[in-house]
Amino acid sequence: MLKEKIIEKLLQFSAAISIFTTLGILYVLISESIDFFKEVSIVEFLTETQWTPLFSDKHYGILALLSGTLLTSFIAIIVAVPIGLSIAIFLNEYANRKVRNVLKPILEVLAAIPTVVYGYFALMVVTPFLQNFIPNLSGFNALSPGIVMGIMIIPMISSLSEDALYAIPYSLREASYGMGATKLQTVFKVLIPSASSGIIVSIILAISRAFGETMIVAIAAGQQPNFTFNPLVPVETITTYIVQVSLGDVIQGSIEYKTIFAAGITLFVMTFILNNISYYIRKKYQKYQL
Amino acid sequence: MNNHQITINRWKDKIFYWYGLICTVSGVLILAVFLYSIIIEGWDRLNWQFFTSLPSRRPSSAGILVPLLGTLWIMILTTIIAVPIGIAAAIYLEEYGKKNKFAEFIEVNIANLAGVPSIIYGLLALEIFVRIMGLGRSLLSGALTLSLLILPIVIVSTREALKSVPKTIREASYALGATKWKTIWNAVLPSAAGGILTGVILAISRAIGETAPLVVIGAMLYITTIPTHPLDDFSVLPIQIYNWLSRPQKGFIENATAAIIVLLAITFILNGIAIYLRNKWQSKVKW
Repeated sequence: MLKEKIIEKLLQFSAAISIFTTLGILYVLISESIDFFKEVSIVEFLTETQWTPLFSDKHYGILALLSGTLLTSFIAIIVAVPIGLSIAIFLNEYANRKVRNVLKPILEVLAAIPTVVYGYFALMVVTPFLQNFIPNLSGFNALSPGIVMGIMIIPMISSLSEDALYAIPYSLREASYGMGATKLQTVFKVLIPSASSGIIVSIILAISRAFGETMIVAIAAGQQPNFTFNPLVPVETITTYIVQVSLGDVIQGSIEYKTIFAAGITLFVMTFILNNISYYIRKKYQKYQL
Repeated sequence: MNNHQITINRWKDKIFYWYGLICTVSGVLILAVFLYSIIIEGWDRLNWQFFTSLPSRRPSSAGILVPLLGTLWIMILTTIIAVPIGIAAAIYLEEYGKKNKFAEFIEVNIANLAGVPSIIYGLLALEIFVRIMGLGRSLLSGALTLSLLILPIVIVSTREALKSVPKTIREASYALGATKWKTIWNAVLPSAAGGILTGVILAISRAIGETAPLVVIGAMLYITTIPTHPLDDFSVLPIQIYNWLSRPQKGFIENATAAIIVLLAITFILNGIAIYLRNKWQSKVKW
């Protein structure tokens, strides 16, 4: 019996490591950020539009990084949601078994490709391609990594939405067909409304993923913190800034060093809120599942 | 409703079918274009010298020996650290912690951790592993970082595998007088092994493709020595790729492309094994 108890405690301890991880993340981000906000006012941090901690004329306006993050993520979502959702509907409602069994695993490959490889595609393939049509597109820009990030997120949206569509009982479809509706009418008037909570969760998680994406933007979006929503010029995202500082020789304990934690906590709060909204929606609607 | 309207609706349906097909196929086509472009660009660079050379300031004599060995080290260390902890945590949550508050709290926690951007794990590791624990920019620091990153994936997939083991298996074991742990060890785990292994391989494949958290802990140094010890400095393939991509010379871009082919080959092989195991396991085990 003693052995059983010890084993249970060991297993429990392993499970508790996730709590230590969360506490560790909170401790690291908060303690370094407190030090940072002793030197920089939080008002300046949230309202200034210039971010130049690595220059002699220092400004600490996170909006310059935030705009880069929001812009690239927005482009990614614009690309990923319509295509991902269409793929989910097509595979689930229209495609026959054979087509589905071939195409679905191939699409899953898109999700397995490391992000640094997507960064290469954005920089070396997509940007030069787009420059054929948009001559004033910079070599580093928000548009191309945004699009590539969207492509990366497509499998995430399509597989989560597919699960939501799949969970709808077949009787609902039959009822709709029985009323004389076409497949398309059934999809838009019956299935999408019934699966809406699952689809919304997939979109929220995709946004959160796009906020945190690092390598694609670090490679292809540039490293210039611009407070702009112009997709054709170089921008810097929060994640890219953290990478940029990590690559340099920043002295530990200096104000430059602390900026990456202030940037990190901003990113953490954004993704934390989104993840919790999606978790809440999922829990809430699980109860009403048909 | 008149006939005209019905015809229009049928047409709309047809058009949407083709639109959906185009969306799906374009996903596949994009993948094909991507793969084609890297193979065209990097294939010629893949020779024996490329695999066996140390880094160099001249692109034509540089190779991937150091980052390739780094990736293998990271793969092994991460597996050793993350897999036992992940499986143990999943066993606790699935078999012991049903309906208690502590387990519920951990569950919310894991759901949250799964959504934390990987670069945040880098910041955590920079403070805790590199600085406070004094492990420096070593393989061990890197493996610990990636282990924390993939733990949620290992836990979630192991739980799914445990869930799919029917209750009757457990009851049969209890009826023979086995204790709870003996039941888990001798009956439940072997039945769930296929599913667990699939999840673990996918998680490891995710870990070896990660770049951002390792850049943050400072693994972007110019390293010319082969790592032989967990406390040695290291580089990995994704970092070498990023490093080469950020240089202007054409030769380094070609090197990056060749290294991408190697990284993708490893990723696809791991994913292929996982898919093979999943299919084999699904078709063989019928409760």
